[in-house]
Amino acid sequence: MKNVFLFLRRYSIFILFLVMQGLALSMLFSYNRFHQTAYGMFSNEVAGRLNKQVNRVEEFLMLTEQNQQLHKQNAVLLSYLPSGKILADTSFQMVADTLLVDSLKSYRQFQYFDAKIISNSVFLQQNIIVLHRGSAQGILPNMAVIGTDGLIGTVISVSKNMSLVMSLLHRQSKVIAVLKKGSGLGEISWDGKDPRFLLLSKIPKTIEVSKGDTVVTSPYSDKFPPGLPIGYVEKVDQDQETNTYKLKIRTAVDFYAVQHAYIVKNLLQEEMDQLKNTLIKE
Amino acid sequence: MNLILKNIVRFILILFVQIFMLNKIPPLHQFVVPYFYFVFILWLPFKIGRTALLFVGFSVGMLTDMFFKTPGLHTAACLLMAYVRPFLINLLLPKEATDWGNEEPSKKTMGLAPYTTYLIMLTLLHHFYLILLEWMQFGSFLYFIGKLLATTLVSLLLISITDLFLERKSKLR
Repeated sequence: MKNVFLFLRRYSIFILFLVMQGLALSMLFSYNRFHQTAYGMFSNEVAGRLNKQVNRVEEFLMLTEQNQQLHKQNAVLLSYLPSGKILADTSFQMVADTLLVDSLKSYRQFQYFDAKIISNSVFLQQNIIVLHRGSAQGILPNMAVIGTDGLIGTVISVSKNMSLVMSLLHRQSKVIAVLKKGSGLGEISWDGKDPRFLLLSKIPKTIEVSKGDTVVTSPYSDKFPPGLPIGYVEKVDQDQETNTYKLKIRTAVDFYAVQHAYIVKNLLQEEMDQLKNTLIKE
Repeated sequence: MNLILKNIVRFILILFVQIFMLNKIPPLHQFVVPYFYFVFILWLPFKIGRTALLFVGFSVGMLTDMFFKTPGLHTAACLLMAYVRPFLINLLLPKEATDWGNEEPSKKTMGLAPYTTYLIMLTLLHHFYLILLEWMQFGSFLYFIGKLLATTLVSLLLISITDLFLERKSKLR
């Protein structure tokens, strides 16, 4: 018994070191799997508040660029106004109305929340963006985040007023994408080398791809609105080992300068999840 | 100035430089990441106890992790560095570390050669562990070696520049 105490006393610092090391490592590995811990909630709020203050200065310095982006988006939105459209002349055609539902009326599937980016990085291997919107404003994990020009990432963790977004520039980020001009389901990932470029893999070689093609979100995704730009093909590489391309994609969003974002909520998500759950139960 | 207060102010300054200046630099290359915050542990006074040093290392790592959004990664590396530091100092310096009182490791107090060895060894150790943990989650062996060498060089460069420009005087004797 005496020896045990002597041992403990002698190696107390080493044991303390091991305990702390274990704590740190368990935090690291459990966080990466579940993306959510009490620590995450706390640090979001504290670090987020400080980031917000510094961000105010940065935002002031980037006003011109933001203005231009918003101006451009305004122009796009103006073209959608009903006053800018006319109806096609259908008076010469006789069409039998066989529909029981009003097909002219459209139903809303995606709802957009505006959010401000208060912290952003591009130089790490796991880049996380912090948004100033949280559970109090109706944000949930797994919602899509888009910018003025295209896709930014996915919400992974939410606290009361802040949320963490896994940006496309994250080594563990995987997004299903298609080429805008045709078929071909691929996967967008990031190799961690250059924050201006992403990788698109799994596009079969039977499809013709050329430089400048637009890559958009796939229509089969349940969280991203379909047809949202992700990037433009910069370089086409043939993967020698497989029957697929390795495409270098220039990001649609300028991750260096992004300041505002929209969080997208899929209003049918709950219904979809329920349906999938019934499948699992059976 | 009180020794504890001085170190707290220094820590806030170093963390500010790391988060809001070094982290905002556009990346030059995948391997080149400027890490600087850990220099706080290198510059703590000689007389700090080993248990206290471990707790300081843990809290420094945690606070940094909050801003890096990588819970545990920097904490683990800082802890290892804080644990090894007393052994290295005893190895490099002839006298018992406690005899040095309030003085900090620097070129003046340790001499150029031991101080340089001290910097290189601990920086390399910190980065080795940090990048090893990162490598376990993704990346290739080339990524590990390349990033280890590049980040160590950048960090040493940053530390030597700071040492040249700011002479850390220890007024308490």
